[in-house]
Formats: sequence, C-alpha cells, structure tokens
Amino acid sequence: MTSFTPLTSFAGGMLIGLAAVLLMAFHGRIFGATGILSGLMRGGNMRDWSLRAALLAGMVLAPGLVLLVTGSWPALEVPVSMTAIIGGGLLVGLGVSYGGGCTSGHGVCGNARFSRRSITATLSFMATAFLTVYVTRHLIGG
Amino acid sequence: MRLLSALLIGLIFGIGIATSGMINPAKVLNFFDIAGNWDPSLAFVMGGALAVAIPGYRLVLVRKAPRFEPKFQLPDTKLIDVKLVSGSGLFGIGWGIAGFCPGGALPALGTLRPEALAFVASMILGLFIARGLKALAARSPQSA
Repeated sequence: MTSFTPLTSFAGGMLIGLAAVLLMAFHGRIFGATGILSGLMRGGNMRDWSLRAALLAGMVLAPGLVLLVTGSWPALEVPVSMTAIIGGGLLVGLGVSYGGGCTSGHGVCGNARFSRRSITATLSFMATAFLTVYVTRHLIGG
Repeated sequence: MRLLSALLIGLIFGIGIATSGMINPAKVLNFFDIAGNWDPSLAFVMGGALAVAIPGYRLVLVRKAPRFEPKFQLPDTKLIDVKLVSGSGLFGIGWGIAGFCPGGALPALGTLRPEALAFVASMILGLFIARGLKALAARSPQSA
C-alpha cells in the first residue's frame, strides 16, 4: 500500500514543470530524460554533452539533498523482482527510442505545448502501462 | 554559469521527482492499479507539472532567444506514425512491469539502490539495441 498524497505530488509536479520552463528559458531545450541520456551516449559536440552531463548530475544529487534536508531518503520501494526491473528497463529503452520521448519529454514538455505527437504518445504509453499492471497483478499475478 | 544553471535545473527536477513519488516504483505501480490498491497521486504530478509548464512556456517562448543560446530548439516533427505509437506503447509496457520511467530512474540513481542501477543499465542497453536496429533499417534498401 502507498498512501494518497495529492498535495506533495502536486507540489513535486510543479517543481518538475518549473525545471522544464527554466531549461527552456535558459538553454532553449525540451526537458526529456530520454533525450538527456541518449544524448550522453551519443557524444557529439562538447557544449551539448556538458549541458546534459550537468543536468544528469543535478538529478542524481537530488535524493542526497532530500536526505540532508529532511533526514530521510525519499520513499523508494520496489515491489517487483530484479528480473522484472531488467526486462522492464530493456523495453523502456527500446520504446522511448522509437517513441521519441518519455513521461518528461512527451508527458510534460510536449503536452504543455499541446503537441499532437506528444498527446498521442502519452495516450499510448499510459494505456499500455494500465493494461500491463492489470495483466501482471490481476490476470497472472493475482 | 551555463553549466551551474543546468545543474540546478537538474536538481529542481530531481527534487520534484523525489517528492512527487515518481521516484518510487511502488507508488507508480499503484497508480496504474485501478482494479487493486489504486493510488491516484500521480495524476496530481502531471497536473502540477502542466499547471506550471503551460503558462511558463507561453511566457518564455515569446522571447527572442533563451539566455545562454542563440535560439530555442523545439522539435519540428509533426509526424504521427506507427513508430511513435508502438514505441510509446512498448515504453508503457516496460514502465508497467518495472515501475520506473526514465525521469524517475535517473534521480533514483542517487540513492545507489541496486534496482535503480540495474534499471538504468538495462535501459541503456535497450537504447543501444534500438540504435543498432535503426542503423540496420537505414541500410536496407526497402526502408530508403
């Protein structure tokens, strides 16, 4: 069980939106976790690469800062097996590469610009995620 | 200043991911489990993010250029094709299996939890496989 946290979830979401707006205002880029990671793997010009590396470093430092300020790590429970984590990770990597983005790039940034591509992508990944959890928890896992 | 601002923006994003619950696979999977222990919190994450990003982008994009770059780089593809829909659908299946999405997993690396490290490693492998498949497809005459 996890408890319903509308206020902290909304506030956290506002920070995610703020990060997206600031990245556009200062660097002129869409904030997509997929794009940041695949850009780092691609190499390319040093200016772009260092920007992505700095973004990733900031992201990775966040849980430690939460620990410093609040005295505890952010809640992180993994209710699935390591096999599911690895298999899921592979599908996510393949999927976001062909889909051109994920929850941050399409779900937040693209939808905020009312991009039809992003709205389509979001509907697609939300639908399959709901369906997948229904299958794993109620049909085979039940 | 350019890289420091990027570091801070990444940090704001990561704190948002951590406090919203997107970092937590248990919470993510309960959001998708309407027929079980449904936890609708994550709808509020998307709501909060869009409540800031929609007006924020409107304000920012009327400017001539971003602070540190000569111009805004916005995706110009409008194409809605099988690749977009099936790739996104595949991503949703993986998200529903593992409970991590890329934006949730990258900040989770900072907790040094083995599950987060394993997820990101396999996601990188998936990105490499996709890159290889795309390179193969680009070489075959049918797709040209």
